[in-house]
Amino acid sequence: MSKEWPLWEVFIRGTHGMSHRHVGSLHAADAEHAIRNARDVYTRRNEGVSIWVVETSQIAASSPSEKGPLYDPARDKAYRHPTFFHIPEEVGKM
Amino acid sequence: MYAQMVKSEATQDDPDMLAAFQARVDAGEKIEPKDWMPAGYRKTLIRQIGQHAHSEIVGQLPEANWIARAPTLERKANLLAKVQDEAGHGLYLYCAVETLGVSRDELTEMLLDGRMKYSSIFNYPTLTWADMGAVGWLVDGAAIMNQVPLQRTSYGPYARSMVRICKEESFHQRQGFHVMMAMVKGSEAQKRMAQDALNRFWYPALMMFGPSDKDSVHSEQSMSWKIKMNTNDELRQKFVDETVPQAEYLGLTIPDEHMKWNEDTGHYDFTEPDWSEFFEVIQGNGPCNVDRIAARQKAWDDGAWVREAMVAHAEKKQSRKSAAE
Repeated sequence: MSKEWPLWEVFIRGTHGMSHRHVGSLHAADAEHAIRNARDVYTRRNEGVSIWVVETSQIAASSPSEKGPLYDPARDKAYRHPTFFHIPEEVGKM
Repeated sequence: MYAQMVKSEATQDDPDMLAAFQARVDAGEKIEPKDWMPAGYRKTLIRQIGQHAHSEIVGQLPEANWIARAPTLERKANLLAKVQDEAGHGLYLYCAVETLGVSRDELTEMLLDGRMKYSSIFNYPTLTWADMGAVGWLVDGAAIMNQVPLQRTSYGPYARSMVRICKEESFHQRQGFHVMMAMVKGSEAQKRMAQDALNRFWYPALMMFGPSDKDSVHSEQSMSWKIKMNTNDELRQKFVDETVPQAEYLGLTIPDEHMKWNEDTGHYDFTEPDWSEFFEVIQGNGPCNVDRIAARQKAWDDGAWVREAMVAHAEKKQSRKSAAE
């Protein structure tokens, strides 16, 4: 009876100082195998210099039904953005 | 296209939920795996993305046929890279479809036992090196025409895999055209090979877009769900309009005596492919259907011990690690 290889999520960091970014997923028997596969599947064109893999089942995610309670409170707080505060032109760059 | 004649499922969900879902799609929001979606949307997408994934994988076979016989080392390296990309594209798409609740093994089994299809185009043989040119130029060209708009499809994982695929795919078409350019500048015999490849692949390439709109029964629902972005005939016309001048550049003749520029419509008039041939190929009666599935079945069977050994090895390593802790 064959067992399907577990699913892994793949994160790649490029050379330009950005964070690791989720690029997709793949199946592999273990972490080492997942990194090897990620190298073949997701870095064929110099997309990155560092790979993270994490088993999909280990990821905890927020649920779509929480969208309102989680994100709505941020909507009416425009003062968290710099453009909310008008600074007169004569003050110069700030 | 890579997904042809995908049957759109009727949906029997709660009308309020359906309306809210449609409003999200209309507003251009992406639907993500954990979001509520109509059962028909899920089923149709599994069929469509699955068929697309299978096409990428089966699509490796006609080209793999020429890797060891490529005329130069450079062409061989180009072709290898392209075929490797097709494997990658299949994997991106399998991962996208798996987010809808179907497993990779199930998908493979459905391909092998005929419950799922792949594009009709890959049931045609690649007889000469010029076919590598024609496949890249025409088949990948037709695929791009469909895949570019699908980057805006409503299902997030599908759209994201399309973005990656489109980024990689334009090299495929260009390398094919490059092969054709070399062939038409070669000897008379090489030029004849190029023309012959165009003759054989022209109508099968037109069939990739699926039946004519008047016979395409599944379009409307899929288009309102934004999992199909253009009609079959729109895309086919666009492909013809772009390809005819390219053929002229190569000095090759499209095998259609009725092909002509229509001043009034601003498009080329052309002959439709023989749809009875298309339906035969879809039904499994094309020149290579049996070989293609046999090759996939063999790969699946021959690979079984590797898949099992990898799991056994991972489990052994894990238990050793736990014992040491």
